[in-house]
Amino acid sequence: MITLGHMLTLSAVLFALSVAGIFINRRNVLLLLMCIELLLLSANFNFVAFSRYLGFVDGQVFVFFILTVAAAESAIGLAILVVLFRERRSINVEDLNTLRG
Amino acid sequence: MHESAMTLESLRPAIAEISLGLAICVVLMADVFAGASRKYVTPLLTLVALAACAWLTVTVGAVQDRTVLFDGLYVADRLSVFLKLAGFLSVGLALFYSQPYLERRGIQGGEYQVLALTALLGICVLASANSLLTVYLGIELLSLSLYALVAFDRDSGVAAEAAIKYFVLGAIASGTLLYGMSMLYGLTGTLNLDKLATVSAAHGAGFVIAVTFIVVAVAFKFGAVPFHMWVPDVYSGAPVSVALLVSTAPKIASFALVARLLVYGLGADPALWVQILTVLAVLSLLAGNFIAIAQTSIRRMLAYSAIANVGFILLGFITADPSGYRAALAYTLVYVLTTLGSFGVVLLAARSDGEAEELDDFKGLGTRDPLLAVLMMALMFSTAGVPPFAGFWAKLWIIQSLLHTQHVWLAALAVLASVVGAYYYLRVIWFMYFDAGREQTLIVRQPLTRGALTLNVLAVAGLGVMPNVLLALCTSLMG
Repeated sequence: MITLGHMLTLSAVLFALSVAGIFINRRNVLLLLMCIELLLLSANFNFVAFSRYLGFVDGQVFVFFILTVAAAESAIGLAILVVLFRERRSINVEDLNTLRG
Repeated sequence: MHESAMTLESLRPAIAEISLGLAICVVLMADVFAGASRKYVTPLLTLVALAACAWLTVTVGAVQDRTVLFDGLYVADRLSVFLKLAGFLSVGLALFYSQPYLERRGIQGGEYQVLALTALLGICVLASANSLLTVYLGIELLSLSLYALVAFDRDSGVAAEAAIKYFVLGAIASGTLLYGMSMLYGLTGTLNLDKLATVSAAHGAGFVIAVTFIVVAVAFKFGAVPFHMWVPDVYSGAPVSVALLVSTAPKIASFALVARLLVYGLGADPALWVQILTVLAVLSLLAGNFIAIAQTSIRRMLAYSAIANVGFILLGFITADPSGYRAALAYTLVYVLTTLGSFGVVLLAARSDGEAEELDDFKGLGTRDPLLAVLMMALMFSTAGVPPFAGFWAKLWIIQSLLHTQHVWLAALAVLASVVGAYYYLRVIWFMYFDAGREQTLIVRQPLTRGALTLNVLAVAGLGVMPNVLLALCTSLMG
């Protein structure tokens, strides 16, 4: 029997994986974009799990909006990445060091 | 509370968003058909459209009572109408100031105005948000437009680097916000802020974690320490006109975000978010002011100054008292008005051999361009909190509300931070008047922009002379 607890645990693991991926990854900006996708998906998973558990559909409607926004977000992220690559000839995270916080 | 049938008449309170959405389509099409030979069309049309939207918001969209629309997703009240008007004004002014800069850098393009308008639409949606869904959509519409704007100068590697950093950090913040929202939804079973406001008290550990996630995301969007890393990068990496846009209108959106989501939606038990906000505010005040002293670039100095000012705005919220909320609103408005002016001066202080990037570029401005130097002096005095200007009253109201709610040590810290901050603001004035600069000719002689900038500074000074006008306004809006 798969309970709400199992689903929440899975989504928490996904969340932790994506955050770890973002902070540990020192190689490639593309991997960062994948981790961001995973981050949004973990929130989606939470919404769907709660929506099913509570018996309300509004959580699932929220997921549709998140999916749409995530698509737009990836498009903009990739567009910025293309500009960056054209200027720097690199998408290495360690090369992003001209500006220092 | 929810209207049963949607009629055309019932859409009146949402006229700001509807007209702005139409304006975006019109500007986008007009830009395509105007072509490369008539580049003046898009900027002019944008300003006209903004004025028209503002006029419609006042005449058609004004509401006296709280009105809930779209099945509880959207709320129109006097605060939302006012915040939208403030957004229209600040984006309009920012676009007006940027036009000469965009022309001389050769980065004109209709997308610039369209993206600024979509960002403004995001601010409007956020100001009227009454559901977690609308809050999220407003934030994303604003943020996605800003990411694209930061990378707008396609030939600048620094701008692209600033944009990718802003994008990645902003996306993590969005993910954190969503995760917090999903937990909140699971614990309360509702996305509606009205319902959330009634059920949000006392829900145990899960609730604390959910609110923490949300507050972290809010701090990110505000640019509060320790989630401030993107602020100096964006301010110094993006084109100056974009830095002007990012530093002003989105602050109104951040205020709306806290006012709607935390103060209203999670207002039943403010202790949940007050403690975290206190830590963020103290760190922002200290780090912002002390790091700003070490900066040699005017834009990075303004970035750390922004972080310090965000600390002040957050101090207003942690009182969890109407007097603090209205002080935070007043502070936000004064800050936006002053920053529009400061970045406007930076845009106008360009010389024949480049933009005004370093603090050293301001040396001798008093003799080179007396008007610009006087305006900058007034703005720096206001931000530093010197009495005849609006910035002084904004700081005073925050400190008064802190004392009123027995946060004595925070009030003392705020005073201390202001004293430290005064040093680097006054240093700019010292450079302008008492240091001889290299002899350079100014290249910018824009009479219209100078006129608007003078009016902007006069407004800052005028609000300082008549602070009661601002206080009465904020009191009527925040209760």
